[in-house]
Amino acid sequence: MISSRILLNRDELVVKQRLIFRLRTEAVMATSNPSVFLLTVNGQIEGANFPEYDNLYCKYCFVYGHDWAPTSGLEEGITQITCKGSQSSHRLIWNFPLETTFKSTNPSGWPQLVVSVYGPDVFGNDVVRGYGATHIPFTPGQHTRTIPMFVPEPTWRVQKFTSWLLGRRPEYTDPKVVAQGEGREVTRVRSQGFVTVSFHIMTKDMKKLGYDTGPSSPANAQSATSGWSTEEQAYDT
Amino acid sequence: MKEPPGSVEDPGENLRRTFRAQRQRRKKRLLEQSSAQESQDDVDEISTIQPHSEDEASAEKAADPEVLSRLPTGSQRGLSSRLQHTAGSQHLDDSVTRHLEEKLRAARSKGESLQQEEASREPGSRLQSLRDRDTVTRFDREVDPDRAGRHDVPLDLGAKVKFREAARQTEKGLPTAEEAYNFFTLNFEPDPQGGTERISRKRQKQKKTAGGVRDEEGENEAEEQEDGEVDDDNQDENEDQSEEAPLVRDEEEDLFIIEQSSQDFLEVRKAEYVGYRKRIQRERESELLFTPSFRKVPTSIKLPENMEPRYLEDEGLYVGERPPVSLTNENILENRILKMEEGKEWFGDDGRIMALPDPIKESSTRPPLFHMEEVLDPALQTVYRKALKSKYANLYITGTADPEGDYQLDVDVSGLIFSHHPLFSREHVLGARLAQLYDQYLTRQHNNLTGHLTDKLNGLRSALRNMLEIHGGQSLTEAMQQRISEYSLEVRNTRQLRDTEQEKDRTLLKNIVKVWKEIKALRDFQKFTNTPYKLYLRKENINRATDEREYEDEILAEVLELEAESEEDYQRKLAEYKKQLEEWKLSRRKQKSKKKKRKKKKGQVQDDTEEEDKDQELSESEGPVDEGPPKPEPPNKPDFDSIEQRVREKAFRIRRKPGESILIPELSASGNITASELCPRAEIARREDVARRSLFIKILYNDKEVSRTDSRSLNTDFRVHFGQIFNLKIVNCPQSINLQVFEEIGSSCSLLAQVFIPVPEPSVLTGSVPLEEFEFSSNQRVMFDHEGVGSDVPLSFAADGSNKQTLLTSGKVSCCVSWGIGEDDVPLAPPVSQQPGGIHSGLGRLDAVTYIGASGLYDMKKIGEWATQSRLDPNDPTNVSIMQLLKVASSGEVTAPGYFRLEQLQEEFNFVTEEEFESSRRFRLLRLRNQEVAEFRNYKYVPALEREVTDKMFQDYEKRLKEGEIIDTKEHLDSHRALVAKYLQKIRESVINRFLLAKHHYLLSDLVIEEEIPSIGILGINLFKLAEPKRPLRPQRKERKKVTAQNLSDGDIKLLINIIRAYDIPIRRPQSNKPAQSPQTAIHGSDWLTNQVQVRPFVEVSFQRTVLQTTTADGPNPCWNEELQLPFSAPNGDYSTVSLQSVKDDVFINIFDEVVYETGVNDRGSGKSVHTRAEKHWLGSVRIPFSTIYSQSRIDGTFKVNTPAVLLGYSKERSHGNNGGYDTLRSLSEGAFITLFITIEPQLVPGESIREKMKEVKFDSQEDERLLQASETFEREAAQAYPDRPCFTTVIDLNGKTVFITRYIRPLNPPQELLDAFPNNPQEATALVARFVSLIPSLPDRVSFSGVCDLWSTCDQFLTLLAGDEEEHAVLLCNYFLSMGKKAWLIIGTAIPEGPTAYVLTLEQSRYLIWNPSSGQYYGQYDTFCPLQAVGCLVNADNVWLNIQEYTSPMRMSFDNTKGNLWKPFFSRSFSHPGLSSVQPEELVYRRVDKAAAAELQDRIEKILKEKIMEWRPRHPTRWNRYCTTTLKQFLPKLELSGGQDVAEGHRHELQSLLGDNRISGFPLHLPFSEIRPIIEAVYSTGVHNVQASNVEFALAVYVHPYPNNVLSVWVYLASLVRT
Repeated sequence: MISSRILLNRDELVVKQRLIFRLRTEAVMATSNPSVFLLTVNGQIEGANFPEYDNLYCKYCFVYGHDWAPTSGLEEGITQITCKGSQSSHRLIWNFPLETTFKSTNPSGWPQLVVSVYGPDVFGNDVVRGYGATHIPFTPGQHTRTIPMFVPEPTWRVQKFTSWLLGRRPEYTDPKVVAQGEGREVTRVRSQGFVTVSFHIMTKDMKKLGYDTGPSSPANAQSATSGWSTEEQAYDT
Repeated sequence: MKEPPGSVEDPGENLRRTFRAQRQRRKKRLLEQSSAQESQDDVDEISTIQPHSEDEASAEKAADPEVLSRLPTGSQRGLSSRLQHTAGSQHLDDSVTRHLEEKLRAARSKGESLQQEEASREPGSRLQSLRDRDTVTRFDREVDPDRAGRHDVPLDLGAKVKFREAARQTEKGLPTAEEAYNFFTLNFEPDPQGGTERISRKRQKQKKTAGGVRDEEGENEAEEQEDGEVDDDNQDENEDQSEEAPLVRDEEEDLFIIEQSSQDFLEVRKAEYVGYRKRIQRERESELLFTPSFRKVPTSIKLPENMEPRYLEDEGLYVGERPPVSLTNENILENRILKMEEGKEWFGDDGRIMALPDPIKESSTRPPLFHMEEVLDPALQTVYRKALKSKYANLYITGTADPEGDYQLDVDVSGLIFSHHPLFSREHVLGARLAQLYDQYLTRQHNNLTGHLTDKLNGLRSALRNMLEIHGGQSLTEAMQQRISEYSLEVRNTRQLRDTEQEKDRTLLKNIVKVWKEIKALRDFQKFTNTPYKLYLRKENINRATDEREYEDEILAEVLELEAESEEDYQRKLAEYKKQLEEWKLSRRKQKSKKKKRKKKKGQVQDDTEEEDKDQELSESEGPVDEGPPKPEPPNKPDFDSIEQRVREKAFRIRRKPGESILIPELSASGNITASELCPRAEIARREDVARRSLFIKILYNDKEVSRTDSRSLNTDFRVHFGQIFNLKIVNCPQSINLQVFEEIGSSCSLLAQVFIPVPEPSVLTGSVPLEEFEFSSNQRVMFDHEGVGSDVPLSFAADGSNKQTLLTSGKVSCCVSWGIGEDDVPLAPPVSQQPGGIHSGLGRLDAVTYIGASGLYDMKKIGEWATQSRLDPNDPTNVSIMQLLKVASSGEVTAPGYFRLEQLQEEFNFVTEEEFESSRRFRLLRLRNQEVAEFRNYKYVPALEREVTDKMFQDYEKRLKEGEIIDTKEHLDSHRALVAKYLQKIRESVINRFLLAKHHYLLSDLVIEEEIPSIGILGINLFKLAEPKRPLRPQRKERKKVTAQNLSDGDIKLLINIIRAYDIPIRRPQSNKPAQSPQTAIHGSDWLTNQVQVRPFVEVSFQRTVLQTTTADGPNPCWNEELQLPFSAPNGDYSTVSLQSVKDDVFINIFDEVVYETGVNDRGSGKSVHTRAEKHWLGSVRIPFSTIYSQSRIDGTFKVNTPAVLLGYSKERSHGNNGGYDTLRSLSEGAFITLFITIEPQLVPGESIREKMKEVKFDSQEDERLLQASETFEREAAQAYPDRPCFTTVIDLNGKTVFITRYIRPLNPPQELLDAFPNNPQEATALVARFVSLIPSLPDRVSFSGVCDLWSTCDQFLTLLAGDEEEHAVLLCNYFLSMGKKAWLIIGTAIPEGPTAYVLTLEQSRYLIWNPSSGQYYGQYDTFCPLQAVGCLVNADNVWLNIQEYTSPMRMSFDNTKGNLWKPFFSRSFSHPGLSSVQPEELVYRRVDKAAAAELQDRIEKILKEKIMEWRPRHPTRWNRYCTTTLKQFLPKLELSGGQDVAEGHRHELQSLLGDNRISGFPLHLPFSEIRPIIEAVYSTGVHNVQASNVEFALAVYVHPYPNNVLSVWVYLASLVRT
């Protein structure tokens, strides 16, 4: 029994060693010559400025190209409904966190954040109040984006009336339409307010793959212990 | 001097006298000062003339006596001269003026300085002109005190003015003289009345004395005082003649006292404030404001006196309608007009304001343009002209925050001097030349180059001498010698330079003297002078002895040097000569020796070959060339005597003679000019002409006139003084500043010349810049008949007319342009930082395009020029591209490229080289993906690194590319089919390309979901709906929510397949008549008892490699009612509509029979275990393509199961009695059926939009436009009214052209063999024809063309291609039926499982039959299992009918298309059939049956299948039962003959008997032949090869039956035999 136990242990050991070896090689591979780069988007949908409307909520999603894949975090989300405060600013605050990490092999199709704002109309129907999109900032660091919003307009004036009456405003077949340019020429839109989003961007291995997006100042170069940095420069040291 | 105030005569006389005296005295003084004052005057003049408006203001002020007394001093002569006429001096005594004039003339003749003359002449002329003037009323004299009073109110506060009193006085209006007197007297004397007179007199007296004193002092005063005196004088004269003389004079005199004593009476008081209201009131009272009343004006006032109003209307005349004016306004207007002088003229006879009838016309008078109907008259055509943008309109100065721009350019135009003018007299020409030469002389003198060079020469000489002396010429080192030689070289050069300079000086001086002599000669000749030039030659005496010595020394030194130089030269030459001589001698010697040698040689070898002779000849011919240099000539010895000679000659030429006094020319312009009277007529004419001319300058900024100077008359010296500064507030970038000189003669003016002035640097600010002179010239030809020499006219000064010269009008403008300075000394210039270089091109620098123009960008030179001028910072990253470009350009020779650079900086954008880009696999992958190549269309995660992209990724793609070219004959077995496949591929590609274009064409509905415009009815219903109960008792099924395909991912979509039940499953047939042997006995004993034969079917569904099966049910009519969920994943994870539509996967629904065999009983242990083996036997299958499910979103119905014609071991005998209810239904059709419900969860939006889009992509068409329009409307209406009924009237043929559908229908002959087969039985023949059609392989268009576009081929094309979808089959079948004399139509409708499809309808014996062309089956109209679900329209050769009945199901509708209320025809009475010819051929030609080929194919298929089956059974041996195979082979032709119907039972029996105790299961498969792969797949799907039993044997038989035209029917008989 003992011998068999030892044997088993030895087997386990071998397996373990193999495993460790593999992990190590993987780790080496990962640090020395990565095949993907990572982009972490933290931040929040801070709020919106829709002077005419109240009780709005916001949906968001990311649109990205073929070479991108989200590795962690939520790709889509819906915020709570927010009413305007009594303060003078009349801003709608959501403070809805965004936390997503993407990996990619190619900067083409860089992720875009698509937000669409909805809220009830006079009759309580849920109608869209605005679509908007913005690219995730390229450079590591903190960014704030104010996204101008717009909604598609009814084709005919009669439709404008009936859509108001029936509470079915024209909507995009897909909110992601606003992240692409193709086919937009057939639509007519009306601008409608602003959504403010703040981003904290981190990238990893971008520079190693030959994409330099960071500012050229070699500031605060720190150790690359975490592997994450807001400064791509860290990898040079 | 004490005169009573009443009599002014005496002081006047007195003044005149003193004035005269002054004049004379001054004359003398001026003579002395004249030259000194010249320059000063110049300056003064500028200052006086500059501020024009100020001049006027001051002139006005000067009207105040107070200011008068404070006479301007110094330079303000012009100002004071003006005073004269403003003061109204027209009453000046004639005698005085004459006197004055005389004096002036005298003064002029004495030849004072130029400016002096001008100044003195001007007043004279003014006075003259004033005399001519007659008006200028005394009124303004009267006004004076009033004005003075008003002005003085604030001024004289200090002088104890009782303001209110004064105000009261002024309020009364214009004060009388007395009031004025009181006012002034009371002002400074607090106690009124009493002492006033006395005091005033006293004051007067004082003043008079003061005046007298001043008069005396005036002798010493500057001349300017004179005018003031004159003025005084004038006033006195005025007073003399006026009625109120004493008072006025008193007042004046008092004012003098005020001035003197105001400080004495100074008192401080607070400022008085007059409210605005008060002022208004005052002004109103003074009637400055007039408010017209709006009361009606009585007619009598408006008309001339004693006139009755006359109304034209009453007299019957037509009076137009007056424009409407409100009564109040009219009244106001009338009142206002009446107030005016001659106001009554505005009123007509009727007492109303004259007015034209309403000028506005009722209708437009413009001729209407009927261009809709006919061609518009070209004259009336509106012409579109593009709006032109001003070139500089938008070139705002960069960095300007507000467009106003705080930039200011000050253009100071000082004056103009002509160096030549057409009106120059000859003397002027010479004078100008003299002046020019003198200028040159002065500058030379100033630079004193000669002196400098002489000094330098002396210095060098002494240095050289020193050097030689110190060393004594003995120990000269190498370096020393070097230095000495350098020095001597320097001396030589300097000397030469000095000599040329000296020569120039000399000639200049000579020229000056010469020109001056010419002038003098000219003056003598013409006996008058025109120019004031005088040349003095000042002689500077010098010590003759020293001078001579110096001269000699100089010559000596020079001679010595020259000698040394020539000696040196000689030495050098000599050395050279010697060397050459040596060389020459050497060569000479060589030649001699050579010749000798040659002679020797000749002697030795006499009889050598010719070659050598040649050689010799050659060498001989070379000989003379080799002769070497000619003998050099020895150099001449320098001739030292001649050197001295030459030096002396030169010195004589260029230098002053020794002892000759130095001549210093001095040019002065102090000469007198002969007065006009003394000149000849021609000269007078010239002078008059000059006087007539005046000049002004226009200032053009950016080619726009911004300002112009006053016009100034041309002076006799051809100088014009403007002295004006223009402040230009600028907004646009300064591009050019241009001064245009205009000459004015009378009223006409002509452009003389243009002067371009550079834009100043921003640092150039006003005040810090000197005036610059800019030369100009004009090439106008001007000739005169008077003394003026003209311009561009040859002119000669020589007596004989030789030596002609041509002079052009030219001159200099002195002006300066600078940036202005703002209030706080802020320069109003653009920031310097913008233009670090500070360049001439000004602000245009920053933008290359504005500087050189867009076209210049392609000119390398221009860019370079621009870059150097604008001094681009080469380190600025924004300039990198340009710098690089320039570097390239400058490194090589600057050649303009011979090509047009469309993408100028393309190379900059390339991040890798072209080769790298081409060779990189990764880039290739990215590119292919971008091009949407099918294999890579949605390829995800293209690796980041090159090495991770393997070649494997491209394998498929490359293979496909290769396949396109090479036809794999082995795959297709038949070369004909291979060709067809290739052809199809080509069509497919062209259509796909067309489609790809359409795909990128978006409609609004693609992007935006929008409610349709509701009709009133719908709106009403919707409103009604609001009142509906929330939870109705009979709820209606709600549509599932549709999901857009984009936001889906793998695993989201599931295929729901609900298998409900099946009917008439074939049942097992006992193998033998021994029931005990039946393996089922034990298990299903009870069944066996009740129903002897049975089946245990289950359904297996396979889709995308997922296989699911239901539970096993019992009996031939099983009911499963089970739902199977199959996951769906789209290709490449792309869930877009397009990609989903192109999914080619099929859903296979196979029905199997589960057969359980007992393999033995195991008695081991205590329990008894039975080992069984389950086998599944294929019974039939249904195949439903995914594209159908997707486009239909659900499939619900009963389908016929494809069962093999023969199922060994099973019988299709119906079990009567069991399910009686279905008997009636089954009676019409044969075979098994299965009821299914298939849908996709969640429901996907079917990609129907593309179909609409395809319509937008217009295909060409040869159809009539009207027909196309009609068909479009027909289809649109149909789609609106019946969206679920497919209806189309036009289709696209293989050439991509739109063709009307009826053209496809035409009777066509079927193959004769088919008709001959059953000559007596038309029913059979019909079936055979249908079978023939169904045997043509089906190739669905939808899948191959991404589900969009149906291409209709004609029947001959169809038969050639041997591939097509339902439409082609249907058309062919329909055409055959028509030719067989049947009534046939094409049905466009929806069927299961095909979706929108085409069937054929025939009418036989008052019964409608519906034919499925792809299966050859027919159904009665009321057949429940008819796959046709909906009928959209019927088509035949003549018409198209749209189904407008309530129902679409064939069972519930009438096919009688003559009924107008059921079928809507396309061609009706209103739009009759235009007689469309058919696109089909007249007759079809068939190829003969090729039996040999069929036999060959049969063998090949058999071989391949056998190989495949063995391949599929890798772990088991596959044995073939040859005996069975041959037996099966015999059956197959029989099956073909019977058309797939169940052949006689004998067949089975035969088999059974042949094979004895073998358990056989198997079936024949029947397929139309297209390719081999479908056959293999069909065999595989039956799963026969899966039999695991060890003792299994297989039998395979293949039969290919040929039909005409290569249509092949393939039978595969497959059986497994298990020995029992």
